[in-house]
This record gives sequence, structure tokens and C-alpha cells, in this order.
Amino acid sequence: MSAVQNVIDVQGLTKKFGAKTVVDGFSMKVPKGSIYGFLGPNGSGKTTTIRMMCGLLRPDGGGGTALGFDIATQSHEIKARVGYMTQRFSLYEDLTVTENLTFVARLHEIEDAKGKVNAALQEYDLAPRANQLAGQLSGGWKQRMSLAAASLHEPELLLLDEPTAGVDPKARRDFWERIRDRADKGVSVLVSTHYMDEAVQCDFITFIAYGRKLIDAPAADIPKEVGLHTWRIEGAHLHEIYKQLTGAPGVDQVARFGSALHVSGRDEAALERAVAPFRGDHDVMQAKTGLEEAFIYLMGGAEDNFK
Amino acid sequence: MTPPLNSPPPKIHPLKNQRAFSWLRVKAVLAKEFIQMRRDRLTFAMMVGIPVAQLVLFGYAINTDPRHLPALVEMGDSGPATRALIHGMQNSGYFDMQGVVSHEGADEALASGSTMFVLAVPPNFEEKLLRGERPQLMLDTDGSDPVAAGAGAGALPGIVQQSLRPYVTPGDTPVETVVHRRYNPAGRTAVNIVPGLLGVILTMTMVLITAIAITRETERGTLEALLTSPAQPLEVMVGKITPYIAVGFIQTAVMLIGARFLFNVPFTGNPFAFLAAVSLFILVNLSIGFLFSTMARAQMQAMQMTIFVFLPSILLSGFMFPFQGMPVWAQAIGQSLPTTHFIRAVRAVMLKGAGLGDVWGNLWPLMAILTVVAALALRRYRRTLD
Ligand SMILES: Nc1ncnc2c1ncn2[C@@H]1O[C@H](COP(=O)(O)OP(=O)(O)O)[C@@H](O)[C@H]1O
Ligand SMILES: [Mg+2]
Repeated sequence: MSAVQNVIDVQGLTKKFGAKTVVDGFSMKVPKGSIYGFLGPNGSGKTTTIRMMCGLLRPDGGGGTALGFDIATQSHEIKARVGYMTQRFSLYEDLTVTENLTFVARLHEIEDAKGKVNAALQEYDLAPRANQLAGQLSGGWKQRMSLAAASLHEPELLLLDEPTAGVDPKARRDFWERIRDRADKGVSVLVSTHYMDEAVQCDFITFIAYGRKLIDAPAADIPKEVGLHTWRIEGAHLHEIYKQLTGAPGVDQVARFGSALHVSGRDEAALERAVAPFRGDHDVMQAKTGLEEAFIYLMGGAEDNFK
Repeated sequence: MTPPLNSPPPKIHPLKNQRAFSWLRVKAVLAKEFIQMRRDRLTFAMMVGIPVAQLVLFGYAINTDPRHLPALVEMGDSGPATRALIHGMQNSGYFDMQGVVSHEGADEALASGSTMFVLAVPPNFEEKLLRGERPQLMLDTDGSDPVAAGAGAGALPGIVQQSLRPYVTPGDTPVETVVHRRYNPAGRTAVNIVPGLLGVILTMTMVLITAIAITRETERGTLEALLTSPAQPLEVMVGKITPYIAVGFIQTAVMLIGARFLFNVPFTGNPFAFLAAVSLFILVNLSIGFLFSTMARAQMQAMQMTIFVFLPSILLSGFMFPFQGMPVWAQAIGQSLPTTHFIRAVRAVMLKGAGLGDVWGNLWPLMAILTVVAALALRRYRRTLD
């Protein structure tokens, strides 16, 4: 196993496509053994960043290491030790599950490829579908097979690019169990997502928008880092209140949580003034800002970053 | 093992950013490619269907045993010998003697296509014949249908010999027959078309199949996984191209068997020379396909690029028009096309009985083109996505 402390350590990564700067001065350190969440709206540059980390794209600026190897000059070493699960399904739809896994195993020159593939089929419960064409699998099974393929050569680092996008909740939960499983075996994981319930499961989180890093902290510290204060309002006519408070002075964000509204803002005093009028008829109390409020805030309404 | 963070960075020369060529990885790509080929009905249909369809098309379009071809006679002499000759031609079944024509009328009849042959019998034919002066019989043929023209011209000497027997001493060649081909002086026949057809079909399918097979990986997103795997460009290239070499040989075999069966095309030369030419030519075309696939981002684009090579290969290689008859600029383009050299080599081997040494002049240009194209393709094969 690798002796590096940070399995990914990049500074100032920059990538331009034509005139457009898609990733701009991005830095990141992924500690060994962690599950690291990589969050950001669509088009914010997550995929591009991951591709630079494993040598698929050449950065226009910046650099760094993955597993201690230079991402610009030692991509071969990196490719041999990293398991990369692409955002878009990248296995062969006209091959069966077994054929796909065997192909990957042989490309990595794994000894006893057959045995390894069989073990993976068992581990990922793919055995009953072993002889189905990959193209006929549902989204959840495809993702599972991709994870199995990315893990076949026992990589020290998994790069998972939106592995659960478009997959039903049960399959997502199941998939995360398997990610945890890998992590317990000492594999470091960088996973991009825009599901907040998944972000909560990560040890560390980086949030990116328009190619720039907005925040970077242990998951538990994110609310504090964002600097939001939150009040909780319970009672009748919440919808009216939602409309009144949205855009009011001192209010940065109003979010509905079950039968309550969470009203958040950075200016503590102004926020208190804004919620004060509702004190008579409603239950209004100060609340701890959670990860979810922080992300809704960061997502800025989850606007996509496509121009 | 990776070094600890605080130790100096590993000293690895950028050139070492590659591992040794691995046959195992080539075999992995190869096996995958064969499975995909087996499941891809369309490609399979294309690789066997195209040669068969083309051959059948040519087989029917060109009547290989033409009979009752219209013929006229320019009578310079109307004696019994001439009449015996005309009868002999009619009775042979090859010619359908339509009548007599004047010298001017003959040109017009050939040009309009109302007749295919004009036999010119010189004045005093019989007299000269009897005196043993070997008079000259001139057969004008319409060369635009080379097979028919060839069949008639081929049959004539035998007919002459047969029908003039009463007038000459046996064993003599009584007359000199001169065949004058019009409109197609090169006199290409079906026999001549088969090597060209082989060249054109191999160009079309080999370039297209490889270009598509690799562009498909870009289009379907599987290239990204292939690029993140430890596979080297050369390994991928060898693994992907090899199955199609087999396809190329199957096509060649289909064509050869068909040519024999439909056209009765001879194979007179050295099979090794033929094999060398075919192998080289298949490799060249596969490399061109590979090169295209490194440039095209979509299968449609790959097809357009293929046509870009395919059209000149049909028009300027000597397949469609005699090479020597083309303008200099067209010849220059033709010289740079692999199909041109291949067709020459195969014609020489199949029809003229050439050996390896004879076709060397056609083989080395193929090697040169192969080297250039393969080098370009490997350079262009993206190891990264940008
Ligand atoms: N190969 C490319 N050429 C041009 N633009 C690209 C390319 N790849 C990505 N982009 C653009 O870069 C931006 C970031 O894309 P991406 O990294 O895929 O974001 P994310 O993964 O966060 O959704 C988008 O605007 C996208 O259109
Ligand atoms: Mg993405």
C-alpha cells in the first residue's frame, strides 16, 4: 500500500476549452483512506477536474500528484493504480457482464483473471446476470458492474464520477454500502455527486461552482464554514410566509423541511429582524444550520453552470 | 509501491510514462473485438455481402459468353470465299450477320451502337488468297463493351481458318486478321475488371470497418475507459486491426472463388506475390481507417472520410479509366493511392503470370504508404481526451 498521506494533492489546476475556462485554479487534497465528496452543479467542472487527476486531460495550468505520481508525466503509473468510474457508462453494451469484466481484467494483466472476475461477480451479486448483455441491464446494475470493473485490479484510489445519477433510491443506498465496503478495506474514494443525502455520508467535502472551489472542509464543519444562521418557523400558512420571506432583507434562503420553514441568512441581526413579525402566531426558534441548508445555499438554487 | 510524500519525487523520465508492449493486452483487445464483430450483424453482412453483391452484379451485367452479336460486312470483294466466310461467321453462333455496309456507313453503325462489329473484306480478297498473299481482314469492334468485343474478336481467327479451308493449302495461315478496337483501346475485359474490383472492395470495406469500429468507441463513451486502462496505443491498434485482417482475407477468398466461378478468370502468376500484395494492401487500408478514426468524432464523419478516399480510388486508380489516358494531375493523385499500385500488382500476377520480382515496383509504394499512414495514426491516437 502506498505511503502517501494525500492520495490526491493538486494545486491550481486550470483547464480551458477554447476561450472558456472550465476549471480555474482548483486545489484539493484527498487524505488517504477517506471518502471525499466532490459537489457542484451540472457543468461546474467536476468531470473535467477528475479527468485531469487521472491523466485523461492535460491541465493548462497547475499540477500535482495522484498516489504520489505526477499527473502530467506519470499518468501510466496512475492509471495502473486508480479505478475510474466514468460519469457516462463506458463499458461495452454488446458484451455480457462477464465478457466486460474479463476484458478489463486482462487489460490490467491481472493474474488469474477468471478467478478474479468470478469473485467480483459474487461480491457484487452480478452472478445471476453474468451472461446478460450489459446494454440490457438497468441503470442500477450497470453502475454496479462499472464499480466492479473499476475495482477489479484492486486500486488504491477510486474516482467515481456521479456514480448514482439516475439510479433509484434503493439502488443508490445499496451502491453506497459498497463504497463504504471499499473504504473499509483501505481504499480512498473521491466521489462526485449532487445528492445531498450522499454528501452527508462523506468524510470531507469540496464544493465547486463555475470551475472555482467555493468551500473545502470536513463534512461536519461545512455549515459553520458557510457562515449561515438559521431560524425555524412552524405553524399555519407556511406557504404565505415562504413567499413573504423570500428575498426579504437579511434572508438569503428559505427552505421547506417537512412541516417547518428554515430561514437562513449570513447577517444574524438582520435575519432576526426578518423573522420577528411571525413570532406571535407561529413557533419561531433559532436552529442549528445543517448540511442541507448549507448546500442549498451553496447550490444557489442548484442552477446549472452551463453557459 | 509509491514513495512516501516527504521523500524526493520519484525520478521517472517522461518517456518512461509507458510500459513495455504487452501481448496479453493485445489479446484482450483482440478477443473483445472478435466477440463484438460476431454480434454486429450489420458489419458482418457488409463484409461478406458487398463482395458477393458486387460480383453477382458484374457477373450478370457482363455477359461472359456473348452470342449473336450484330455484325456488318464491308464488301470489297463478293466472291465465293467471302461468302463462305460470312456463312462461317453466321453459323458459328457468335455473330449475327446483319448485312452489307459502306465504309462511311460502318463508322456510323459502330458509333450509334447498332452494330458491334464491322468486317472489312479488302478488294481482290479471293485472288490474293488463292495466290497465297495473305490478304488482310480487318475487324472493327465496339470496345465499349469489352467482353462482347473480346469474345467476337477471339472467335474470328478460328472461324476464318475453318471457312476458308477449301481455298488454301492445309496448315497455312491463309489471312492476316487485324482487330481494331474502338472506344476502348486498352481492351479491358471482365478478366481485367476482377483485380480492380478486388482493390476497390477492399479499400471500401477495410477503411470503413476500421474507421467505424474505433470511432464507435469515441461515440459510445467506451474510449474513456480504454484510455484510463493501461493499454498502449500500439496495443489497441494491433488488437483492433487484426480481426479485420482476417475479414480482408475472407473477402479476397470470396472474390477469387467468385471470379473463377462467374468470369472464369485465370490465376496464372505466383500465389506468394499475390499474397504479399493482398496482405500489404489490407494493412495499408486498415491503417488509413485507424487514422480516420483518430480524427473523426462520430461514425458519420468517419464514413465521409472513407468516401473521400474511396472515390478517387475508383476513378483515378486505373479501375474505371485507363491510367495512361488520364491528365497528368490525375495521374499524380492516382500514384499516391494504394489502390492504384494494388490493382497493377494483382493484374500482373493474375493475368500476366508475374512473380514477386515483377511486382516489386508496385509493392514498395504500398510499403511506403503503410509506413507513413501507420506512423501518423499512432501519433494521432489520443492518449488523452483533448
Ligand atoms: N471536451 C470538452 N470540450 C468543450 N467543452 C467541454 C468539454 N468537456 C466539458 N466541457 C464544458 O466544461 C464545463 C464543465 O463540464 P464538466 O466538467 O463535465 O462539469 P460537471 O462534471 O461538473 O457537470 C461544461 O460547461 C462543459 O460544457
Ligand atoms: Mg460531470
